[in-house]
Amino acid sequence: MSAGIMAGNGFQTSYANDKPPSSTGSGEAAEMSTDPASSSFFTSDFKRHEDLKAMLDSNKDTQKLEAMKRIIGMVAKGKDASDLFPAVVKNVVSKNLEIKKLVYVYLTRYAEEQQDLALLSISTFQRALRDPNQLIRASALRVLSSIRVSVITPIMMLAIKEAVMDMSPYVRKTAAHAIPKLYSLDPEVKDQLIEVIERLLGDKTTLVAGSAIQAFEEVCPERIDLIHKNYRKLCNLLVDVEEWGQVVIINMLTRYSRTQFISPNQADGPGDADRPFYEDSDKEEEEEEVSEMKKTPYMMDHDHRLLLRQAKPLLNSRNAAVVMAVGQLYHHCAPKSEGNVMAKALIRLLRSQKEIQYVVLSNVATMTSRRKGMFEPHLKSFYIRSSDPLHIKLLKLEILTNLATESNISTILREFQTYVTSPDKDFAAATIQAIGRCASNIAEVTDTCLNGLVHLMSNRDESVVAESVVVIKKLLQMRKSGHKHTPSEHKDIIVHMAKMVDKITVPMARASILWLIGEYSERVPKIAPDVLRKMAKGFINEEDIVKLQILNLAAKLCITNAKQCKLLCQYVFNLAKYDQNYDIRDRSRFLRQLILPGENGSALAKYAKKIFLATKPAPVLESKFKDRDHYQLGTLSHLLNIKCHGYQELPEWPEVAPDTSVRNVEVVMPYVPKAHHVQHKKKKESKSFYSESESSQEEETEDSSDEEEDESSDEDSGSEENSDDSEKDISKKVSSEEESDSDDDESDSEDSSEEDSSDDSVEKIVTPVKKQPKTKTKAATTTKPTTSSADLLLDLDDLGPSSGSSVAVTPAGGNMLTPTLATGISNISIQDTPPAQIIPPSIVQAKSYELLNRMTGNGLSITYQFTRTVSVFSPKMVSIELKLTNNSDDTLTSIKIGDKKLQSGMEIQEFPEIGSMTAGMSTTCLIGINFNDTIQPAKFAICVGDNKYSVSITAPVGELIQPYSMSNAEFNTQQGKLSGMNENSGKTVIGVEKDAKSICLCVHSVANVIQVPGSAENVYRFSGKTVGTGTMVLMSVVVADDNAKITVNCEKMVIGSMLLKDLKTSIAKS
Amino acid sequence: MIHSLFVINNTGDVFMEKHWKSVINKSICDYFFEAQGKASCPEDVCPVINTPHHYLINIYRNSLYFVAVVTTEVPPLFVLEFLHRICDTFEDYFNECNESILKEHYVIVYEILDEMLDNGFPLAVESNVLKELIKPPNFLRTITDTVTGKSTGVSGILPTGQLSNIPWRRTGVKYANNEAYFDIIEEIDAIIDKSGTTVTAETQGYIDCLIKLSGMPDLTLTFVNARLLDDVSFHPCVRFKRWENEKILSFVPPDGHFRLMSYHIGAQNMVAIPVYLRHTINYREGSGGRFDVTVGPKQTMGKTVENVVLEVPFPKTVLNVTLTASQGKYSFDPVSKMMTWDVGKIDTAKLPNIRGNITIQTGSPIPESNPVINVQFTISQMAVSGIKVNRLDMYGEKYKPFKGVKYITRAGKFQVRT
Repeated sequence: MSAGIMAGNGFQTSYANDKPPSSTGSGEAAEMSTDPASSSFFTSDFKRHEDLKAMLDSNKDTQKLEAMKRIIGMVAKGKDASDLFPAVVKNVVSKNLEIKKLVYVYLTRYAEEQQDLALLSISTFQRALRDPNQLIRASALRVLSSIRVSVITPIMMLAIKEAVMDMSPYVRKTAAHAIPKLYSLDPEVKDQLIEVIERLLGDKTTLVAGSAIQAFEEVCPERIDLIHKNYRKLCNLLVDVEEWGQVVIINMLTRYSRTQFISPNQADGPGDADRPFYEDSDKEEEEEEVSEMKKTPYMMDHDHRLLLRQAKPLLNSRNAAVVMAVGQLYHHCAPKSEGNVMAKALIRLLRSQKEIQYVVLSNVATMTSRRKGMFEPHLKSFYIRSSDPLHIKLLKLEILTNLATESNISTILREFQTYVTSPDKDFAAATIQAIGRCASNIAEVTDTCLNGLVHLMSNRDESVVAESVVVIKKLLQMRKSGHKHTPSEHKDIIVHMAKMVDKITVPMARASILWLIGEYSERVPKIAPDVLRKMAKGFINEEDIVKLQILNLAAKLCITNAKQCKLLCQYVFNLAKYDQNYDIRDRSRFLRQLILPGENGSALAKYAKKIFLATKPAPVLESKFKDRDHYQLGTLSHLLNIKCHGYQELPEWPEVAPDTSVRNVEVVMPYVPKAHHVQHKKKKESKSFYSESESSQEEETEDSSDEEEDESSDEDSGSEENSDDSEKDISKKVSSEEESDSDDDESDSEDSSEEDSSDDSVEKIVTPVKKQPKTKTKAATTTKPTTSSADLLLDLDDLGPSSGSSVAVTPAGGNMLTPTLATGISNISIQDTPPAQIIPPSIVQAKSYELLNRMTGNGLSITYQFTRTVSVFSPKMVSIELKLTNNSDDTLTSIKIGDKKLQSGMEIQEFPEIGSMTAGMSTTCLIGINFNDTIQPAKFAICVGDNKYSVSITAPVGELIQPYSMSNAEFNTQQGKLSGMNENSGKTVIGVEKDAKSICLCVHSVANVIQVPGSAENVYRFSGKTVGTGTMVLMSVVVADDNAKITVNCEKMVIGSMLLKDLKTSIAKS
Repeated sequence: MIHSLFVINNTGDVFMEKHWKSVINKSICDYFFEAQGKASCPEDVCPVINTPHHYLINIYRNSLYFVAVVTTEVPPLFVLEFLHRICDTFEDYFNECNESILKEHYVIVYEILDEMLDNGFPLAVESNVLKELIKPPNFLRTITDTVTGKSTGVSGILPTGQLSNIPWRRTGVKYANNEAYFDIIEEIDAIIDKSGTTVTAETQGYIDCLIKLSGMPDLTLTFVNARLLDDVSFHPCVRFKRWENEKILSFVPPDGHFRLMSYHIGAQNMVAIPVYLRHTINYREGSGGRFDVTVGPKQTMGKTVENVVLEVPFPKTVLNVTLTASQGKYSFDPVSKMMTWDVGKIDTAKLPNIRGNITIQTGSPIPESNPVINVQFTISQMAVSGIKVNRLDMYGEKYKPFKGVKYITRAGKFQVRT
């Protein structure tokens, strides 16, 4: 047997002519070469299975593997291999991974059919669930949960519960997948599963997030309350989750938003609140854009904004499903003015595979049926190519029709002209319908279109002609009901059509012509009876639909022109009376009573004319996609326009937003304490959980508890290592199983470092920027009542035991966990990209200063506070939030910033003019000031109508700084550089015994800096950079007994000395 | 989500099935065959088919239908995109994805499918991760396995990529020659009307890479005129923030071939159309018709237009064409009525021309419209949008890699209405 034959390494080579060398000796060689996948005679089939069994029973792995490969070949082909079950299931214990894997594949396929035998394998999986190798644990769980034997649901439940606590996120991911499997097997366990899901939702690894949400969607989509606490985390993780998870998460969050926030499109006034969400009006859109700028009373919830902002970058995903998910999010949940961002991305998708085009186009069709403005600039992207498949052509046609406006109709019609000549007649017919719709929607072109359509009636192709006739009929009908004053109009069209009735054979078209003649018979008094005569002659050969129209025509003519038509009419009614179709028989009887009443005469007969010749309402030609928009875009239900199984209705916006604080937990607290807190909780939880599982497992094995202990002891070392790991290190580390397992489970530390490593290199520049929201939160909570620190501490305690400890843990230098936690801060804050908005206003009670007094401002009072976030206007600006309140009884109009008197180098970014403020209203707006690193006041005027009030803002020196994170080592080198003249130091006495927490609080209340992790005990170091020029600012506080030595290093000596002064006061005072 | 997958060949043979949940009988495919029967050509089959209890979502690729069965609400794009990803994975493993290849590698295919989805939800999709879990077929390894009697087809260790947050790259990549090649490919989609005016023209660009670099290189790619690219989509490895702020592509690349980004320059921008067609096609009652087409270069920035191919789908009533081409070869398929003229290079001195007679079935009326001509061409060393790579830098590794950038412009969906 040559190597060449083996080369393929595929299945075929292995079962065809080259048997494994070891088997050549056996006498069954001939049978073995039979192709198992080909259809062969029953006898050989039987024998083949026999030899497969023999091979499976052999003690050589190569033979077993061969056999398994052949069996899998049969499974793949859809051939029945169930009789091999007993032979295969034995091999579940095989040491060989490949055999094992194939046995697993086989088991999942056939276990359901052979439940009793399948049970034999369960104990193997249970053992594998405790294998040190995470891949084996995961695949055991996968098989265990996939074999669909209802007897083992309790075992599955147990396994899932255990896997959810697993160190490896991969195992946790498979656990998340197992949940819906178990649920489908036994819906009774829902409550228990919800608990598990709740736990998984709290998982912070990106790997698990998507699967956890998928489990949530399949098991308990109605439990929206489980999302609250995880909402912000999900938003922030979104970018890093794998693409499939992103789709699921965005879809779920869309639904969530619709229940938790109020509609962003009700801004224009209270009356608009009940207006349907997407209503098309371009003008309105523009208005809204303006009003958005002016900060109308509607303020988008920060969380709502967070979601939109985090999702937006995903429009650049390569995955069409992700782009579509973001698209529908913006369609359903964003202010109309912002919807346009997705248009471009959706257009880009039109370049992908035709199947994807199809789905995207049907969604675009729905969007354009409501608001055309968004896609109008991309009109040409929807032009049809002759190579497009029919369903795509039709969708594009639909969109082009939806997009037609007065301004572009001429281009569209010119394009349609080429389509009409297409050899594809279905498409040509659809084009004619589209022309009809354009004509009916846009009055200016109706006549042009009508002429064009009449012209088409002389087309050689019958379907084209027929379609034009039908459309003309609709158009004429519409015109008639619209303009009564033009009776003689279109007479020639009707005459023309009447002549065509002989030629056209398509029933629908014939029926349409007959209807037209009947309806407008008074305009063609000579022709109409003649047409009826011809029709009566051929009545019996017509289609049903035509027959009905002949009856109608006869009835109408009989009313208007009884003299000529009565006999004809009678004749037709008689024919119809004996028709095979009962509809026609019925109609005939009914008409006869009305038109040709007997001697006693029916009561209705005298109203016959009114009944038959009443003005009929015009048909409405509109997009067939219009009725689809009650389905969530991008869903299967939307695409098929039916409610699919498992479709979750997209709720309407609530009138009043539910409590926003339910989501607070995560972000309100400074991050570190939370991590700390959770860690504690987790440990506790896990303990109780483990003990429970232990007790239940006691019968089976004892060693599990030992293992757990091992693992938990590994945690610390694992997480410690994490902290300073680079990207590379992490991946390397993972290869050593145990270690990675352990650090993965303590997800807080692990997860953060993971993110860190990925973003670190990317966002070097961004890092200081991103840092702020977090520091801000901290600052916000701390700065509030600087005057009475005793209260302050109490306050913090009230907020949660954790908030203070954040700082407390970090400086406890000896602690192994310190570095991890510290990086944790930075990482999470990197994740936590949103600037100001994310913190609910209630917490942003940073120190607020008065800018304009209500007395001097004639009722307008303005306060300001430093948000400690990066300014949205320029990174060199300090972001300041102004809070304007109208305390007067009148409405104040056009509030803006007037002339500015600034020192050179200083700049102010004004807030957009506020149109009007009613009495009692208050609003906030952001301005940015570049103080150029000085503490000179920025003077400017506030104009209210014609009044001007001069005001000035002075930034405390600490607010001119923004946090800049660095490592301890870097701090040392930087400090080395900034010695001598640049160093300011001083001592102060601390009155009371100071703990780490309060020192940090003091510093944070003075300056917007970040703590440097990992310094020695009683040494607190902080770093930052000035906003204007990015000059490094380093601070350190060394506590010795009741003295604190404060050192501030900064190239700008003024800043350094002032900071020192402020710090001294702050620390001494407290 | 995805319940089952059936792979069906052109002749309607369901030659592979895989179920991620309970088994669905392959008779479900009858609904698909019904829809297929209604469609006039394979492309026309509707991608989503509704049946009483299931929904069939299918793609057509390489003359194979991949039919996914779903039972509950699911974003259809999710499934479609995933089916395409499955095909991409097969192509990545076996270089091509057709019936015979799939049949030959049944076991690997099955293992891949098993690994990619768990309970119908994606589990390990990244090619780099998959390739570590299930080794691609390899001549050398087959021999080693045969000789040593071990099987190394599957890995017992979870690939590092699955857990890291750069799942697209594995650790420990090592090359003797470190190379990075970038192909900037631009495709022009255009519709040219009868008179030669451009109805619509768009450019679609791709940057395809072949990266063979050791270790964990961190690359940045900068453009001379990045502003041109306003609508882009990236491989997940690209750091979006840096693109947004600085218009720099910064990424840790996957190993091997991948598409770094694709971009779209919309119909609002001007696109240089590199070729023009002079054509007279007319039919005469009874006898047939005349066909005369000349191709010439237009705005090519001095580059030669190569690989020019014209495809003319004649109407069904055309029996045959007898043409003479001044250069290249032409062929006429009497079944699909497609005339293909392989022109080759356009010589500006003597423009390629094809002319001759069209024979129409006797008795049938003359076609009312002229065919739409599809044009293909390639221009190397030019990107029609004018995009240009400024520089490529590598961080994180010490060696000096060999770097190469290539520009190609070619026709996408380029149609001339006649």
